[in-house]
Amino acid sequence: MQAFIRHTGKVIPLDRANVDTDALLPKQYLKSISKFGFADWLFDDFRYLDPGDVNTDTSSRRLNPDFVLNKPGFEGGSVLLSRANFGCGSSREHAVWALRDYGIRVVLASSFADIFYNNCFKNGILPLALPVEKISQLFQLCKDSESLELTVDLENCQIRISESETWSFTIDAGRRENLLTGRDEIAVTLLQSDVIRQFESHLQQREPWAF
Amino acid sequence: MGAENSPKTLYDKIWDSRCVKNYDDGTSLIYINRHILHEVSSAQAFEGLRDSGRQPWRRESVIATPDHNVPTTERELGIDGIRDDVSRIQVKALDDNCREFDLRQFGLNDTRQGIVHVIAPEQGLTLPGMTVVCGDSHTSTHGALAALGVGIGTSEVEHVLATQCLLQRKARNMLIEINGELGTGVTAKDVVLYVIGQIGTAAGTGCTIEFAGSTIRALTMEGRMTVCNMAIEVGARAGLVAFDDVTAAYVKGRPHAPAGEQWQQAIDHWRNLHSDAGAHFDEIFRFDAADIRPQVTWGTSPEMVAPVDALVPDPDVQKDAGRASDYRAALEYMGLQASQPLTSINVDRVFIGSCTNSRIEDIRAVAAVVEGKKLASTVKQGLVVPGSGLVKRQAEKEGLDLIIKAAGFEWREPGCSMCLGMNADQLQPGEHSASTSNRNFVGRQGIGGRTHLVSPAMAAAAAIAGHFVDISKGGW
Ligand code: SF4
Repeated sequence: MQAFIRHTGKVIPLDRANVDTDALLPKQYLKSISKFGFADWLFDDFRYLDPGDVNTDTSSRRLNPDFVLNKPGFEGGSVLLSRANFGCGSSREHAVWALRDYGIRVVLASSFADIFYNNCFKNGILPLALPVEKISQLFQLCKDSESLELTVDLENCQIRISESETWSFTIDAGRRENLLTGRDEIAVTLLQSDVIRQFESHLQQREPWAF
Repeated sequence: MGAENSPKTLYDKIWDSRCVKNYDDGTSLIYINRHILHEVSSAQAFEGLRDSGRQPWRRESVIATPDHNVPTTERELGIDGIRDDVSRIQVKALDDNCREFDLRQFGLNDTRQGIVHVIAPEQGLTLPGMTVVCGDSHTSTHGALAALGVGIGTSEVEHVLATQCLLQRKARNMLIEINGELGTGVTAKDVVLYVIGQIGTAAGTGCTIEFAGSTIRALTMEGRMTVCNMAIEVGARAGLVAFDDVTAAYVKGRPHAPAGEQWQQAIDHWRNLHSDAGAHFDEIFRFDAADIRPQVTWGTSPEMVAPVDALVPDPDVQKDAGRASDYRAALEYMGLQASQPLTSINVDRVFIGSCTNSRIEDIRAVAAVVEGKKLASTVKQGLVVPGSGLVKRQAEKEGLDLIIKAAGFEWREPGCSMCLGMNADQLQPGEHSASTSNRNFVGRQGIGGRTHLVSPAMAAAAAIAGHFVDISKGGW
């Protein structure tokens, strides 16, 4: 997993609440058995005017000029800004892989759905829940300027909006550590193998039917 | 976490009994008893195991079955008979992975194959007090058996395969209590849709919900599964119902349930699977069963729901501006007018199935409504897709398939089918469905498709009438 220490990028404003995982990556793309190659299908239903599936040549599809990813000025954006309950719906990690493959490193929203939030941390994406007012303020800044660029500094838990404006945020220590180091979470858990084994054998004595 | 002897919720009890280790940052390693795999969210996890040279920690804890994009016709040809190339590759990948890692699978042609959340309880592979995970958000279903069912992503699937543990932060406790007797034609599905309509799709974020009260106690195990299934639609991590005699009767005699002396031991243990008097809940909602009518969703989120005898809401009279614009967008997508009666919505296709409503009781409810009647001529298709091969077999033993087919429905092989339309069963643009599934998101059942979530009996009645009808009235 790619580590995340500090990231500076252009903000892509997606002004809606309840962005669900079907919207992030429609189900016809769940058929891939690979973990990569989802970039062209991110927000597929919004992004293209005609339908597609894994076999469609993306370059032949018509882009929806009204969708933010297709608007001039947002190319190469890597900080996605949205509203409440982002990532609700199915547990598909493919939705996060699509964000990652597209180049998104940070998602800012006022709240996140549980499974989606967890999935981000496994893929080097930082999902940051900010207060509703801060989110609204960012949307306003996006409106006011051609393009908004900001820096998210995970090491110091700060977002730098401009020379004069810096916000701080809080985040789980363990999750932060995982992102900072890009470490393999499974390897970390396996350091506890003995503890797990001992627990397992006690549980097996207590509830043999559960094994 | 409270002291050892302070009153605990059911969730607290299961959590504590499976907690291997607490880390300083507030996360914990939770031991997982049952891991259910399906073809869509597992391939990349196996790839990860292979890349790192790891093996599954406890093979016996795993059960795999293909369900999400299996065809619901022409099963006799097996995997090679799946016409859609990508679906075939995925189902085959699961088959190959199970063979390579020596994991138990109910394959495409096994009668035990079916939707993940139907087959595990059916086999006694989900038992009270267990922790159950699956790379699928509706794993909350298993909570009906007083088991902690948690939906996980693919990286977590790999983590659980390799370590038998899930890294979690404990959720908050929410209690939803419903008391009283349900009216005619009002089912578990209506109860849960009503609750979602009342509290909204984000109310449960970060919570585990225990459903309690006399209404829930009076539900069958199938009904409780329907309720817990949709806990995820309010954003909850899991849903739970306390263990009782209904649970015991359901579990007894299932292939993987304890038997003999161990059965009694297990029952004694499971009797403790309820919230203690005075246990602390962070949030509590109470509802009265008498207020619940048969429900129909009219929008693009499960919270956009109303009683069948109501009108489609008018966005212009909504006080909240955000809500007004959400409603407007939903009505536009759904092709509906503000203030039109829900009973005036014509349905093009009817789907009875999914992990919410595809168990034997659901099939019986459908047969009872359609017996001796015919699908309306305007309805293009009525699909009945049993949740498992065993549900299908049981229904056929009771002759329900004949009743259903005589009414003009198609009787299919088990799978997720039109719940998410990954296989050939899909809505065409603009078509309205009466669907017993759990999500009415934009495009969920096919691009441009318009889903209305309802109970099995309501779906069956809509199929006969050609539009939604109030089954609590007029002899349905
Ligand atoms: S039936 Fe629908 S909701 Fe249930 S597991 Fe299958 S796709 Fe998911």
